[in-house]
Amino acid sequence: MPHPQGGPPAHPVPAADTEAAPGAVRRTASGAAGPPAGAGLRPPARPVLRAAAALAAALLALSLLSLLTGSNTIPMSRSWDFLTGDPSARADAHVRLAVMDVRLPRTLAGILVGAALGAAGCLLQAVTRNPLAETGLLGVNSGAALGVVVGLTYFGTDSAYGILLWALAGGVLASGVVLLLAASGRAAASPLRLVLAGSALGATFHGMTSYVLLGTQSTFDDYRYWTIGSLANVETSTALALAPLVVAGLAIAFGAVRPLSALALGDDAARALGHHPARIRLVVAVAVTLLAGAAVAMAGPIAFLGLLAPYAARVVTGPRMAPQLLLSALVAADVMIAADILARIVIRPWETPVSVLLALVGGPLLIWIARSRGMLSLGAPGARS
Amino acid sequence: MIRVTADPTTLDDTAPAPAPGAGASAATPAGHELVVEGLRAGYPGQLAVRGVDLTVPAGRVVAVVGPNGCGKSTLLRAVARLHKPESGRVRVGDADIWQLKQRQAAHRVALLPQSPQPPEAVTVAGLVRYGRHPHQGLFRQWSREDERAVREALEATGVAALAGRRLDQLSGGQRQRCWLAMVLAQETPVVLLDEPTSALDMGHAVEVLGLTREVAAAGRTVVMVLHDLASAARYADTLVAMNDGLVVASGAPRDIVDAQLVKELYGVDADILPAPGDGSPVVVPAARTATDRPGTDRGQPDADRGQAGTNRGRAG
Repeated sequence: MPHPQGGPPAHPVPAADTEAAPGAVRRTASGAAGPPAGAGLRPPARPVLRAAAALAAALLALSLLSLLTGSNTIPMSRSWDFLTGDPSARADAHVRLAVMDVRLPRTLAGILVGAALGAAGCLLQAVTRNPLAETGLLGVNSGAALGVVVGLTYFGTDSAYGILLWALAGGVLASGVVLLLAASGRAAASPLRLVLAGSALGATFHGMTSYVLLGTQSTFDDYRYWTIGSLANVETSTALALAPLVVAGLAIAFGAVRPLSALALGDDAARALGHHPARIRLVVAVAVTLLAGAAVAMAGPIAFLGLLAPYAARVVTGPRMAPQLLLSALVAADVMIAADILARIVIRPWETPVSVLLALVGGPLLIWIARSRGMLSLGAPGARS
Repeated sequence: MIRVTADPTTLDDTAPAPAPGAGASAATPAGHELVVEGLRAGYPGQLAVRGVDLTVPAGRVVAVVGPNGCGKSTLLRAVARLHKPESGRVRVGDADIWQLKQRQAAHRVALLPQSPQPPEAVTVAGLVRYGRHPHQGLFRQWSREDERAVREALEATGVAALAGRRLDQLSGGQRQRCWLAMVLAQETPVVLLDEPTSALDMGHAVEVLGLTREVAAAGRTVVMVLHDLASAARYADTLVAMNDGLVVASGAPRDIVDAQLVKELYGVDADILPAPGDGSPVVVPAARTATDRPGTDRGQPDADRGQAGTNRGRAG
């Protein structure tokens, strides 16, 4: 392909007119292969914004539906009356209990857990360059499990709140140990070290958990329930108490987006662009710890969502990091709330654990994404179509 | 279309005046000389670079040549602030690269690593935008300045028409020009290229090498590691020949490339002919049969020898 050397650029663009530049470049692409939307120098924001708005609207609608739906016999219209301030519904203690004390907290928790898992999965897949990374990778889940078992067995914890605290402490501690291990030594915090340290400690914690469980029957029953994963036991106050962890994790994540995206070029190129790969990995791992720790404390070890959501997001966003993170969090929150609503109604009047539904719904969804054209190269039909 | 501009000047000459050309712009920091002083780098007990001094005036194309493992890549990495030297200094203008923060260093030196990995499904414009990272920050987002730099880099490398295409759908030559555009968008006075032509056919290699001349014409300094001695001789103002961690010769290609140098670097007997046209040295390795190989006198793998012109192996 000959290229004019030393001569004027093949397609001169008025230097002073910055705004016209994307359009000018687009015209020179002569339409054959370059898509109009992707031909500008800046990535097209509109498809992402549209998708984000749609997902946010869906989240609002699903949250409302979540407040209206229950596994009990209260009709939806009655719950609606309560929400719109109908005096007779407001006076009904039964409805109040169902909406305010049961459905509101689990809806809040669902949004937080979903957003946390979606964002954490997205971060981990980027930082470890491992398309199968999910939030269990840093030992958060196995650490939380060990925390719960220790709390149940040796400290007689019996409240949902107590279990939550043990899970949070175990998850954050485990992740901290993994990070210390991965960051020490000469080749600090390479993706491989991170993954290896996570798996090794995960296995260790798992063994310790099993060892403790063998001792006591009652612990085993409680643990078995916890390990399935559910939003049913969260209270509004605890959801709000854990919200700052999720918010902090998301804030760190969005702050680290640009350096994180540079890691995709390899460590050398990232450093040549002025970044610190090891530092980026640690910062991102801290964000993942906050997000996944809060999620596992509220809902138990639900990991699948963190794997699924980034793939769904990439269908729209392509490889760009910030939109991916945003859409991943929104998708996961939507799926989480939807699954939790289904959990209440599929075998009414009993409840199904939400993780079971996530697996039942999410598995086919992931397969569908994998079969769609967008997935073939980690998803960027947006860059082409 | 080879545009021969190799100017047989020596290292100590004054820099050629920056000419208007691709990559030239008011914002491009030009006119900084690159100085390497007493550089020793490698690993404890095994230095790959054992004391290198180098002064490169602005606006030059310098090719570093030498056998695999001679330390040329380590030299490049130390200059780019990727590999901390045991001792010695790297200066660009009056700034000591290793005294700067990583990001400040990235304002002065850009590096295109050998076979860089592209982010999956990235577009050409998306890739070139990475070059602006050192100029952005948490609270300094995309600016008109970034827009201009990216556009100029795309045009300078002739890939503006491909801006919206996906990198993985382009040919190898187009892709390499896109990577070059990314490095140029960084707008640094010094541009380092680690074997920029190693995966390209002759036509695309010539294109990329021609681009380096244009970048230098704009007042920037290009230092590249090359395996192909013939192209190095034709496109570089200055050749720096390294062997065993030391510079064994440096200067204008036609002054330093001779049979003795080729023998010293690669252990190969060769004929050196002046190219018709500009007289730059052409290296023609002597025919050799498997039986008269000299063995492993310098500890080099046999496969890497005898084909200095076409070697695509990893530089040490």
